[in-house]
Amino acid sequence: MSDSARRQVVGRGIPIPGNDIDTDRIIPARFLKTVTNEGLGLHAFEDARKHDPEHPFNQKAYEGAAVLVAGMNFGCGSSREHAPESLKQWGIKAIVGGSFGEIFFGNCTMLGIPCLSISQEDVLWLQRAVGRDPRQAVTVDVERQEVRFGDRVIPARVPDGARNQLVSGSWNATGVLLDAGPAIEATAGRLPYVKGF
Amino acid sequence: MASSLLDRVWDAHTVRTLPSGQTQLLIGLHLIHEVTSPQAFQALRELQVPVRMPGRTFATLDHIIPTTAQQRPFADEVAEEMAVHLTRNAQASGVPFFGLDSGRQGIVHVIGPELGLTQPGMTIACGDSHTATHGAVGAVAFGIGTSQVRDVLATQCLAMAKPKLRQVRVDGALSKGVYAKDVILAIIRALGVQGGVGYAYEYAGPVIDRMTMEERLTLCNMSIEGGARFGYVNPDQITFDYLRGRPYAPQGDAFDRAVTWWKGMASDATAAYDDVKRLDGSAIPPMVTWGINPGQSVGVGERIPSPESAPEPERATYREGLAHMGFEAGQPIAGAKIDVVFIGSCTNSRISDLRVAAAVAKGNRVAKGVRALVVPGSQQVAQAAEAEGLHETFRAAGFEWRNAGCSMCLGMNDDKLRGREMSASTSNRNFIGRQGSPTGRTLLMSPAMAAAAALNGAVTDVREMMR
Repeated sequence: MSDSARRQVVGRGIPIPGNDIDTDRIIPARFLKTVTNEGLGLHAFEDARKHDPEHPFNQKAYEGAAVLVAGMNFGCGSSREHAPESLKQWGIKAIVGGSFGEIFFGNCTMLGIPCLSISQEDVLWLQRAVGRDPRQAVTVDVERQEVRFGDRVIPARVPDGARNQLVSGSWNATGVLLDAGPAIEATAGRLPYVKGF
Repeated sequence: MASSLLDRVWDAHTVRTLPSGQTQLLIGLHLIHEVTSPQAFQALRELQVPVRMPGRTFATLDHIIPTTAQQRPFADEVAEEMAVHLTRNAQASGVPFFGLDSGRQGIVHVIGPELGLTQPGMTIACGDSHTATHGAVGAVAFGIGTSQVRDVLATQCLAMAKPKLRQVRVDGALSKGVYAKDVILAIIRALGVQGGVGYAYEYAGPVIDRMTMEERLTLCNMSIEGGARFGYVNPDQITFDYLRGRPYAPQGDAFDRAVTWWKGMASDATAAYDDVKRLDGSAIPPMVTWGINPGQSVGVGERIPSPESAPEPERATYREGLAHMGFEAGQPIAGAKIDVVFIGSCTNSRISDLRVAAAVAKGNRVAKGVRALVVPGSQQVAQAAEAEGLHETFRAAGFEWRNAGCSMCLGMNDDKLRGREMSASTSNRNFIGRQGSPTGRTLLMSPAMAAAAALNGAVTDVREMMR
């Protein structure tokens, strides 16, 4: 098994209540004015944290958390990979949620951050459970598609393609795509617009 | 067997099936800008991999550039640094670059179609979520993150799962004062902000068939706001007429051969869809958002809904929206006071948008205390507008006439809301903080409605001014 394989992630949880948390909320656009990813972790949820002193990212109890527990449509909106990158730098290694914005989900996968979907009822249960016991580890089992907390086992879903990439460690796709070799040019050569019709 | 455009484009661009089960999909057109590409080029340098097909990537500056004084170096040092990086990366890798001195610079989703780079039957990717805009000509176009920008630069391919396909049919006919922006806001309200996750939207029906290409661009642009990463309209005569003669479109006999191929890529009448949703276009009024996501909208004559009227899981977001906006449930949206008006963005900054707004503004004055900006989508749009004298109409009415860029859609340059200012905006997102102020407030609407709001200092039914 390669170091990059993400069969399961074990870490303490942090709940982010609410649905439709967009990537502008995760990292406001002014922090995208950079040509590197340096320091993005400092600005995760910056405006939300300033607005709400009780924001989970402000609470000592959740320091060192690695599993973010979100609601529906988490990461909708802008395609900015700065959003998952900032969460990753903050310490997030996996996200469990009701559902995910599609580009955000793809970006997380490309960074080796598994995103698992669970039911809305299970989201609310897990957010409360993590809130009650922030020191207890959440196990995000990508391979078996389940999330475990204490003695509770929650069924979860990850689309097959992303799951295979995460479990096999091939989520950084560049190398796999390069392996196609001249088949890339051959495919391009069959497209009439590439040849100018 | 009957096929859809999605099937045909997907099959034609499939290099192989990957071990993960995903498709290795060839990308026919790759568009890049200064915000989501520098880290990708840096990754390529670290991998010591060249840009695989530099002629299939095009670069421009749009997100961070100032829309006032544009002499270099920019006053904003970080903006300057980002512009320098993009220029240098494009030059070093042989990627064509539409800079400020090219006469062709503009918002990436405006210049692609305008230059004829965007064509039917292509796969198109860009590090920007509004890339489905290009689907308006019958392309499979979608937004990607920076790691995927890296993959396209390095391999001209992406590892992708094929989406499901939903046909969104809009029947009937639009009434006067109702535009493509209202149609897409109505679609998002009906299907939800996450209704399209996992789907490509194929827009169809009599209302779509009659839309101009620029209206279709507005429509497809906001697919992602309904959760759909992909959105397209099948190519037809309107598409071909739009593309003919554009600089990067095929010329002469090649154009006729292209039309034959493009027609063959369109969905069959009997194509299969995972599902079909219908809307009555005749019933769509001018739309205005009242909340903090593009699904929270009402017709201009309606009252802001109460959280209790929403399905249980959405109620918290309704309450959050009301609190952020400072609105009460039951309040009419018409009459809401406006501080700022922004006419621009990849949604509504094309010449037809500016014409509609100028027609409303002509001979009137922006209300006292309202700051109103018109930001054309590209240098070519600006030039066309100035040739028609639209800039003079806007200026005479008290609007500022700016240079091309993304501007106050996301506030990465100096064009930002201040404090709790309320903006009437033709852009695509009313997210908290989106227009550059963490406490700023955004009401999304069409260019006609935004112009009307500017003149009255409040949300107004533009149809009353058209009588």
